[in-house]
Amino acid sequence: MPKRTDIKKILIIGSGPIIISQACEFDYSGAQAVKALKEEGYEVVLINSNPATIMTDPELADRTYIEPITPEMVTKVIERERPDALLPTLGGQTALNTAIRVAEMGVLDKYNVELLAADIGVIKKAEGRESFRAAMRKIGLKVPESAIVHSVEEALAAADQIGFPIIVRPSFTLGGTGGGVAYNTQELVNMTASGVDLSLNSEVMLEKSLLGWKEYELEVMRDKKDNVVIICSIENFDAMGVHTGDSITVAPAQTLTDREYQIMRNAAVAIIREIGVETGGSNVQFAVNPADGEMTVIEMNPRVSRSSALASKATGFPIAKIAAKLAVGYTLDEIKNDITRETYASFEPSIDYCVVKIPRWTFEKFPEADDLLTTAMKSVGETMAIGRTFKEAFQKGLRSLEIGAMGFGADPKRDFSGMEQHTLDKFLLKPNSQRIFHIYEGLRRGMSIERIYELSAIDPWFLHNLKTLVDTEALIRERGFSGLDRDFLRKIKQLGFSDPQIAFLTGTSSADVHELRDKEGLRPVYKLVDTCAAEFEAFTPYYYSTYEVENEARVSDRRKVMILGGGPNRIGQGIEFDYCCVHASFALEEIGIESIMVNSNPETVSTDYDTSDKLYFEPLTHEDVMNIIESEKPDGVIVQFGGQTPLNLAVPLAKAGVPILGTSPDSIDRAEDRKRFQQFLQKLNLVQPDNGTARTFEEAEEIANRIGYPVVVRPSYVLGGRAMRIVYNSKELKSYMTSAIAVSSEHPILLDKFLKDAVEVDVDAISDSETTVIGGIMEHIEEAGIHSGDSASVLPPHTLSKEMLQRITDATKAMALELKVVGLMNIQFAIKDDVLYVLEVNPRASRTIPFVSKATGVPLAKLATKVMMGMKLVDLGFTKEVKVKHYAVKESVFPFDRFENVDTILGPEMKSTGEVMGLDDSLGIAFAKSQIAAGQRIPGKGNVFISLRRGDKEPILPVAKQLTDLGFSILATKGTADFLNENGVACTHVHKISEGRPHILDKIQDKQIQWIINTSMGTRTTEDSYTIRRAALSYHLPYTTTIAGAVSMVKAIATTQQESMEVKSIQEYF
Amino acid sequence: MKALVALEDGTIFEGESFTGPGEATGEVVFNTSMSGYQEVLTDPSYTGQIVTMTYPLIGNYGVNVEDNESAKIQVEAFLIKEYNPIPCNFRATGSLGDFLQKQGVLGVQGIDTRALTRHIRIGGAMKCVVSTKDLDPASLVAKAKNSAGLLGRDLVKEVTCSEPYGWTADGPKPGSNFTTAAPGKYKVVCFDFGLKYNQLRLLAERGCSVQVVPATTSGAEVLAMNPDGVFLSNGPGDPAGVPGVVENIRAILGKKPVFGICLGHQMLGLAYGGKTYKLKFGHRGGNQPVKDLSTGKIEITSQNHGFCVDMDSLNPDEVELTHINLNDNSVEGMRHKKFSAFSVQHHPENAPGPHDSIYLFDRFIEAMN
Repeated sequence: MPKRTDIKKILIIGSGPIIISQACEFDYSGAQAVKALKEEGYEVVLINSNPATIMTDPELADRTYIEPITPEMVTKVIERERPDALLPTLGGQTALNTAIRVAEMGVLDKYNVELLAADIGVIKKAEGRESFRAAMRKIGLKVPESAIVHSVEEALAAADQIGFPIIVRPSFTLGGTGGGVAYNTQELVNMTASGVDLSLNSEVMLEKSLLGWKEYELEVMRDKKDNVVIICSIENFDAMGVHTGDSITVAPAQTLTDREYQIMRNAAVAIIREIGVETGGSNVQFAVNPADGEMTVIEMNPRVSRSSALASKATGFPIAKIAAKLAVGYTLDEIKNDITRETYASFEPSIDYCVVKIPRWTFEKFPEADDLLTTAMKSVGETMAIGRTFKEAFQKGLRSLEIGAMGFGADPKRDFSGMEQHTLDKFLLKPNSQRIFHIYEGLRRGMSIERIYELSAIDPWFLHNLKTLVDTEALIRERGFSGLDRDFLRKIKQLGFSDPQIAFLTGTSSADVHELRDKEGLRPVYKLVDTCAAEFEAFTPYYYSTYEVENEARVSDRRKVMILGGGPNRIGQGIEFDYCCVHASFALEEIGIESIMVNSNPETVSTDYDTSDKLYFEPLTHEDVMNIIESEKPDGVIVQFGGQTPLNLAVPLAKAGVPILGTSPDSIDRAEDRKRFQQFLQKLNLVQPDNGTARTFEEAEEIANRIGYPVVVRPSYVLGGRAMRIVYNSKELKSYMTSAIAVSSEHPILLDKFLKDAVEVDVDAISDSETTVIGGIMEHIEEAGIHSGDSASVLPPHTLSKEMLQRITDATKAMALELKVVGLMNIQFAIKDDVLYVLEVNPRASRTIPFVSKATGVPLAKLATKVMMGMKLVDLGFTKEVKVKHYAVKESVFPFDRFENVDTILGPEMKSTGEVMGLDDSLGIAFAKSQIAAGQRIPGKGNVFISLRRGDKEPILPVAKQLTDLGFSILATKGTADFLNENGVACTHVHKISEGRPHILDKIQDKQIQWIINTSMGTRTTEDSYTIRRAALSYHLPYTTTIAGAVSMVKAIATTQQESMEVKSIQEYF
Repeated sequence: MKALVALEDGTIFEGESFTGPGEATGEVVFNTSMSGYQEVLTDPSYTGQIVTMTYPLIGNYGVNVEDNESAKIQVEAFLIKEYNPIPCNFRATGSLGDFLQKQGVLGVQGIDTRALTRHIRIGGAMKCVVSTKDLDPASLVAKAKNSAGLLGRDLVKEVTCSEPYGWTADGPKPGSNFTTAAPGKYKVVCFDFGLKYNQLRLLAERGCSVQVVPATTSGAEVLAMNPDGVFLSNGPGDPAGVPGVVENIRAILGKKPVFGICLGHQMLGLAYGGKTYKLKFGHRGGNQPVKDLSTGKIEITSQNHGFCVDMDSLNPDEVELTHINLNDNSVEGMRHKKFSAFSVQHHPENAPGPHDSIYLFDRFIEAMN
């Protein structure tokens, strides 16, 4: 069946900002789908609020709406564009839920828009707990004992029947938000209450806990002619009870006989047919009782999912691309397999390697949160590793994680040898982010596999494999460096041991081990990921390393450049850097240079096999990267696009003689080394906040007294604002230095004068060492002191004078010239009392590059790549700053609702996972759009509760006045209320929690509050204000924690009351 | 224990035996199934062959009593990347290593099986020797070159049952003319060219009483049992190397409904007056896409064959192509237009592999109705 010709224009909904459980895998799938549909000649319209995505690049879709993904805005896009069809299955749960709403509003019927791939009935049947269970029973499949409830009372009644522990799963939420395992009545009550609240249809399913059962997933595809194929099977390392996004997972399934696997396959095929997913991919999850093989169905996602992205990378089968083609009428046997070119998509990939995915958590950012893994996902990223054995892939996976581990064991950073046995047992029992290291410790101290299995329920197959690694580690230590003969060294390299691990165990250096390997001729070979286990010739150069006989790397003699990616997503390093790497690849293609991508993150566009000329799916460590360099011999390596991960490799690579493209590592060092940076600024007559370095508390106190409190303190050895605080007095400084961090002579702390109430400005610039052009100047909405990655910002600046902008421009250009920047550069300035301070200079791609590029229409990362290849900005036609007439507002998105007990207040340590962009000709509307896109509602009327720290009372007055003018009523606790009333703003007094009921929390619960303005000192000053902020989060109330944020919000409210919010594609802005 | 794998073209691979000492000769072929090594090992079609699995981790779930496809291990030797010695599955009754060793079949791990597979794909299936006893590459290559090979060789006589047996819930029970077979609605005679038990299990499940007969049983003997249908099983090697069978099939055609699988399908091709040819490296795995030309639907099939029916050698007025392989468009199934006879090249009985094609057994039942 050829493609459909009755539809011409297709609307695709993206997934919005990066949040936990919905990350850049949906940019990967969306970008693939847009490309696939364009390739077929369809006109593609896209809506996505996330500017850091490749899919929102202006040249990808025909019309790109960077607008909030809400039913209202999608409706506006439909009204404007009149698409023939809507494809809702490639933008995660966000797209699916939004599509349902739009359909229910009657918009699709009204404008005659066909829903492709899955109709509303199908989506509801799959996602509605009860309908899904009924469907499973109909086809003879088992589902766990369960009940659907809509209230706490119903839950308690149901619990009697099901029995504890009970899994609580709210319907229609993302990544199991609000779900968990309830072991007792109290936990059940809490979880049900929050689950009913979070669920789109106030529905929660209680399910018999299958804790300890094995968990599997199958990726299924179906076409219009009812052909069904399985793309990949996945077995979870962690047993049931841990969200699959938080589980280590392995492909293909390892411990199923063919008989059991085929039963599961038959079930998956029957499920996709019964649910009625017409075309495309689905993901089905199963639990299997390890004692007798009893199989039950857990759930099904009738759309492309995180697991499908993983399955695509694991097999080489591009699920999203094929799903898009199936949606427009093709059948599997009509679509060519890009990799083999000879065969078609109607087959099941066979893989001849083992794939291990390991989640990346950031509990260190949320110290108040329990490090406990449950059915609600908490990881922010993941890494995938490919090896010929599980052991090899697992070790590669651990060293891809960027947590300092160089593999499994031989790891001085994670030494649990002093842990008491009962404590270790407890950690083995309780799934947590460090459990894999607890397992290591258990094996190391000789715990039996039976005992570890009993505690962790991790299949003995995995544990036996890990035990081999632990035993081998002991053997390496025992044999020592002199015992590393060729056979043994080859054997341990095959088991995935890295040079640094071997060096650590033999008391030598990585360089020694590398040298020995060279001498013995032990080099990795590269094998192809080809979908077919070598049965057919493969044309796509997608490689992984292993230590075997045959090397399949096809090294060309073209001019070529290697791009080092960013590794797993984490807070501070995410999709923005992947965007830059992908653009580097695109730019190289434009100028005819071969691009070689190295990355370990399966969620990204950079690890799509057709993004670069060659893809190496490898850990980003010095050893792994050097091995590829020695094989490929690239003309240069780009390290400045992938964030901190590749940047950390720059100096060691340069020392090894690798040509680093762009700004020299020495210049990078000049900007990073504190002393050299100071001299650099002095030379240019630029100022930075007073600062100092301290090795003891006494030194720190002396510096603080000299420069004056408040001061910003941070350890010298961490990045991304980790453990960064603002301290206001000596007592806080002491507490910080004694409890928060370990200070020593090797690890001093850095103190900077905190510029209170300063305006912070971010600048992105590009330079070829002769010409420097400012890409964009962004003014932060929140004042200095809040991490730039967390604050909202406006492009162009909305309050700065022309003269100040000129000073910023001059300073930027002077610094670029002095540092001989070739490529991109980001500078953070603070302005206070008309003084321009330089806070930080980073001669590399920044997190804001995609935002600036989308806001101005200039592809900065591409230009920078060409500049790094020796081209001049003059020749590239980019010599003057772009002046835009519209406003672009960036807002950050936070994962606070994922972590209980975490305060939502912002500070110098970055906590956001993603960002959105609000774009409009009016600043107020642009800000409003950014808030809506980030999940905040813009209150239209009602009550605003204001609670302030000392010092914020004066500045709030104009806000409060304007609010009453706009028809809002104001509520405040006594101090603030008195102040406002005294100053002529009518305000009602409301009780603090401690003052007796009804108090503020009651008001929030009764939905009598529509917006909360709550500022605080950055620590939990009072439990009251913390409780109020958490309540705001739980009840999805708009809340603002800074005065500047409140000012912007009022502006947005005022504008939205006067003007209607319209949509406009980015193609129309430039 | 070190082991060497030598191919007739002089290529050597090095590995390590996990089943003790031994030496074996055969044609080396690869199988791309990611699960089902026990079924592969016991599939009589592999007689005379040394099998390498493209999936690298083998032994994970051990072996069990239910998954045997014949009475013994049929491969000459087994080459894998990594042996996982400890079985982790609730059905496991023993380890793969013990299973091989007890039956004297050499298992070798540590092989770059992907390199070996690519080598076979490019150079074609070839003669091979595996040894732990002789570690002299030149000597092994010479042995490989001088070994018999499969072409024109009658391997069927090595694997077919020596005596007829009836199929029961407990497996084979010696006896002829349905005297020992579990009773059923339909009486089916199965020619055993090297059959897989799952074929019999599926027939029995569908109400058939199943009488298995040796490959050399004459058509007259079969007809004398007055079956409702005749089943031609899979089997090893070159169909052209098996004498007498074609005549026996011709004696049955038109008199009883016939259903053939794999070698049985190739035999039917010869009986229709056609020819067969050897594929470069065969189809062996559980992911081969086959299209049913009558419905246009695709089924993912289990396959294990090195030879193929040449459709051009058949009279299109008599024989109709019913199934094709979507990877290389080779013949996967055919139907006789005059006689009630149909056959497929792939393995609808699976084991290992997807169950998509089980409907063909139902078609056979319909043909007998």
